[in-house]
Amino acid sequence: MTTSFLRAAVFALAAATSSLAVGSAHAAADPAAIVKHYADIAHAKYSDALDAAKALDAAVDAFLAKPNDDTLKAAREAWLKSRVPYQQTEAYRFGNPIVDDWEGKVNAWPLDEGLIDYVDPSYGTESDENALFVGNVIANPKLEIGGKTIDATTITPEVLQELHEAGGVEANVATGYHAIEFLLWGQDLNGTGPGAGNRPASDYDTANCTNGNCDRRAAYLKAATSLLVSDLQDMVTTWAPDGEAAKTVTADPKAGITAMLTGMGSLSYGELAGERMKLGLLLHDPEEEHDCFSDNTHNSHYYDVMGIQTVYTGEYTRPDGTKMTGPSLHELVAEKDAALDKEMTEKLDASHAAFKALVDRAEGGEAYDQMIGEGNEAGNKVVQTAIDSLIDQTKTIERVIASLDLGKIELEGSDSLDNPNAVFQ
Amino acid sequence: MTERPARRLLAVSAALAVAAGVLGLGAAQSAGRGRDDLSPKDLKRVAAVTKPATDFSKAEQYEAMSAGAATSLAAIDVNSFSHFSENITFEERETFKLGNALFQKLWVSSPSSTQASDGLGPLYNARACQSCHVRDGRGHPPEGADDATSMFLRLARAAKTPAEEAALKNFTAMSLPDPVYGRQLQDHAIPGLKAEGRVAIDYSEEPVTLAGGEVVTLRRPTYSVADLAFGALDPTTTLSPRITQPMHGLGLIEAIHPADILALADPDDADGDGISGKAAVAVDPATGRQALGRFGWKAQAASVRQQSAEAFAFDIGISTPDVPLPQGDCTAAETACMERPNGVQARLGDGEAPPPVMDLVTFYAENLAVPARRKASFPETLAGKRIFYETGCISCHHPKFVTRRDAANKAQAFQLIWPYSDFLLHDMGEGLADGQTVGVASGREWRTPPLWGIGLTKTVNGHTFFLHDGRARNLTEAILWHGGEGQAARDRFAALEKHDRDALLTFLESL
Repeated sequence: MTTSFLRAAVFALAAATSSLAVGSAHAAADPAAIVKHYADIAHAKYSDALDAAKALDAAVDAFLAKPNDDTLKAAREAWLKSRVPYQQTEAYRFGNPIVDDWEGKVNAWPLDEGLIDYVDPSYGTESDENALFVGNVIANPKLEIGGKTIDATTITPEVLQELHEAGGVEANVATGYHAIEFLLWGQDLNGTGPGAGNRPASDYDTANCTNGNCDRRAAYLKAATSLLVSDLQDMVTTWAPDGEAAKTVTADPKAGITAMLTGMGSLSYGELAGERMKLGLLLHDPEEEHDCFSDNTHNSHYYDVMGIQTVYTGEYTRPDGTKMTGPSLHELVAEKDAALDKEMTEKLDASHAAFKALVDRAEGGEAYDQMIGEGNEAGNKVVQTAIDSLIDQTKTIERVIASLDLGKIELEGSDSLDNPNAVFQ
Repeated sequence: MTERPARRLLAVSAALAVAAGVLGLGAAQSAGRGRDDLSPKDLKRVAAVTKPATDFSKAEQYEAMSAGAATSLAAIDVNSFSHFSENITFEERETFKLGNALFQKLWVSSPSSTQASDGLGPLYNARACQSCHVRDGRGHPPEGADDATSMFLRLARAAKTPAEEAALKNFTAMSLPDPVYGRQLQDHAIPGLKAEGRVAIDYSEEPVTLAGGEVVTLRRPTYSVADLAFGALDPTTTLSPRITQPMHGLGLIEAIHPADILALADPDDADGDGISGKAAVAVDPATGRQALGRFGWKAQAASVRQQSAEAFAFDIGISTPDVPLPQGDCTAAETACMERPNGVQARLGDGEAPPPVMDLVTFYAENLAVPARRKASFPETLAGKRIFYETGCISCHHPKFVTRRDAANKAQAFQLIWPYSDFLLHDMGEGLADGQTVGVASGREWRTPPLWGIGLTKTVNGHTFFLHDGRARNLTEAILWHGGEGQAARDRFAALEKHDRDALLTFLESL
């Protein structure tokens, strides 16, 4: 398999020479250049996510300095904006273990919300008095987590890290985008009815505090946004040209191409179509949705799909409008099999359109949690169509992987009757 | 076709009779006996193809494909145990992926907004299946880290009353739980509750000299529980450490006809070869029916579904319609734990994990593919294979089966598979004994674990800890720990010349 891939690379090189000869502006596909560009876009995307997180951190500062409806609204808007570049990075998570190992700190879902702050006693418990047992960090300066006592007298980013890591591998989900989302919006108590979470600004007003512990709640929110900024800084560093993630993915172009396609396929079929969407439909649970407190799930899905497309096209538009282009999988596949490239491009466009329809419906007034509600046939159908488009594009992604000779164990060949690789039937 | 049900009934009652030690089927029983799923022609082909190898000059036909058409040919890397069986349909792959999502899902404590995802604990060992079944592979004992995720202690005590003795005898109880700590020790608890305690291990090193002078050091563990939260354990409670077993090929093991496993049993060692082999009895919690046990270190579970439902309940604290225990392994003595809210939502169905969850997770667990062999036909591998046969390893590590034609999932039907296990219980000697009786398994007996995929442990899980508690740090140590029925084969291994021992290891690495 290695040999045929090398052959493809050699062929690509030959093609480059000939296209240069005819003066084509279109550079031929070179796997090394493709993975380099893939790493460059990662660096740009994480830098954009970092900038947006810094803006969120500043908006939270302004809100905490003067908690009112306007400053809360501004902080919520900053959070929504911060999701746009971040969700587009998700296609990097699969296929790049460095990202996957880190991801839980910033985007883990579902959330241990009862660990963070008060929850409505009617929520998820059969008995009201049982809710009194819930120990949350904001109300309790000291508490027992995973068999250890955590000292949260002063809530700092370090305390949140400790909370998150309490119990070793069994991280409690206490940090990241969704923890901040919960602190800004509160629980969505509307079920599959209209409306998002509706936490009052006074939850942070130490002068007229609602729901108690406003100072500690403010400290938690500030610690969570600071931690998000520093966690994203780690990703920007690792994707810089001499960073570990960039070096890993560019070290072996064949492995790098595999990582790119694995990321596209795994996010499409297993993660987004399966875990985040189909499971919500199957379980009839409105809150299996991803950005549940803010009712922003439609955007979170949409930008995931855009991120998948970017991996293939090599095109990324930054928040300031700058457009990045460069050597892409699209060119590599087009050289190898033009019809397959056309099919892949069409499938990616189709999923983009299906998710755009989902966004339009949400912006038209029906939130994602309502769309997946039981009995909402039209809404269910829009979601199912989006799921199907992802499954459909996965089939083509797999054909692309096959056409590039990237996988499969090389079995020692033998055509004799004693062939150990044959299958008994 | 009409005679089939009656014949199957016969096979099942034979299974139970053997397990109870009433009827001894000799190890030399002809293969295929009781295979009500095969035509006479198929029976002949199956008998021929499952005969042990006699020619080691070349690889056997089909042998690189350890799981037949279900074998994965994906490139070897850390994900080698996580692929789906090659022969499932594209539509089934969606089911597999949804199951995978649930397998990786981190369960959260109740109450939470994600009503279909809450119900963790209150006491638990892990928050997700995947936390212990790291990359669907093999667990390990705590090494330097301060928690024991991927290993826990199973607790069992002696019977105190005639009624308890009777319950053990007729399998209405497989073992008796500790009166305070329950069936296993949970080293985690949801916020605000105390964990039950943590595993403490003390190793002592023991040198063993092999032929040619090579010295191997075995580490002998002693287990205790530190930081017990609710007072002492019952004086008769024993501790049985268990690490997680790899997940690949489970559906195929399920599809082995019970008659083929029973044909290998020889509980009274009628053939006098020093190897007995006892069929295990399991009781399905959903139906209460007895069946041949084939999963788990003591073969205490009859099906993948049963093993999964019990893991949900006791390891994670998530109830299912199969095992409806929303408080997990909390006992009446653990009052604070019993009072915690649970995650059952009548609206979503019975149990904290509502109905489709068990189906999806079971399908996932049944369809993780066995990777193809590497270098199966290389001379060094074949030399090792000969030694594997000659030292008597195959007496328990039975090379191959052909699964039943009428398997529930077509992908698992009539596949020639090479698990290298007889799925029977064997006395493994005092060194490995946990002193815990589980069903028909005594405190010295363990189920032969399958060996397929064992050579990829390092690649997938980054370690080579083997045996039920991961005490062996490599394959050589694992072999040297074999006692009891495995003692003779172990001694033959220790007496082999170094290059022969190396060849044997090369064979194992190729699995």
